[in-house]
Amino acid sequence: MKITFPILAVLTALLLGYGLYQALVVAPTEQTMGDVQRIFYYHVPSAWAAGLLFFVNFIASIVYLWRRNSKADAVALAAAEVGVIFCTIVLVTGPIWARPVWGIWWTWDLRLTLTLVLWLIFVSYLVLRRFSSSGQTPVIAAVLSIFGTLDIPLVYFSIWFFRTQHPQPVMGNGGSIDPRMLHAFFVNLIAFTCLGVLICWARYRVEILHRQLEETQALESLLEARGSR
Amino acid sequence: MSYLYAAYIATWAIHVGYLTYLLRRYKRLRAEINDLERR
Repeated sequence: MKITFPILAVLTALLLGYGLYQALVVAPTEQTMGDVQRIFYYHVPSAWAAGLLFFVNFIASIVYLWRRNSKADAVALAAAEVGVIFCTIVLVTGPIWARPVWGIWWTWDLRLTLTLVLWLIFVSYLVLRRFSSSGQTPVIAAVLSIFGTLDIPLVYFSIWFFRTQHPQPVMGNGGSIDPRMLHAFFVNLIAFTCLGVLICWARYRVEILHRQLEETQALESLLEARGSR
Repeated sequence: MSYLYAAYIATWAIHVGYLTYLLRRYKRLRAEINDLERR
């Protein structure tokens, strides 16, 4: 475990560097949008990583509700927090791309609105975890995350089933893409997935440490109270 | 081109900011645990 984390960190750093080079140098410039299309190489992998982390949160929440396993609860919390970070990047890079291409920063398009709703659901999950001291908080949070995850398929399929301003997928839907663009995209997809796993792992370790400290402090105050009697 | 750089810089600023927060929190927790162990 001690060796796996640094190895994954080095691999991720190399992949991210290679992905950046592919996105900015190797991938050709798109004809209609120009260089701004290169935002796609960070925007879509970030959305993928966010979706993956929210799905991990969903699975961990189910395991927690089923088994009341505190490690599953820690995984759920870590995945939700890191998922919110990636989802924030999606909501920041999207409007930066939209301004020169659409002429507006934001529109209440179905895909955009549902992504914002997903972000708000998981931000409320984190607020609940941060400020509620009730013993039932993990249970309420797990239920909230299960309902929140239902938004992910709605976000994904919204551009398939409804007419939206958000671009349609160019891969696997009859569209064509330059192989160098495809290569840059997949390198960044793998790099951002590794980064998501790595940060989630680090966040999980911090959470475990935090819980150990709380338990030790509780035990210490209990011993102090007994000693003063 | 400035929009492209803005998007890439924003992405890395968010990641670096969050990783810094995580590292500081880890160091604080480690210091508190060491403090408890010393007592």
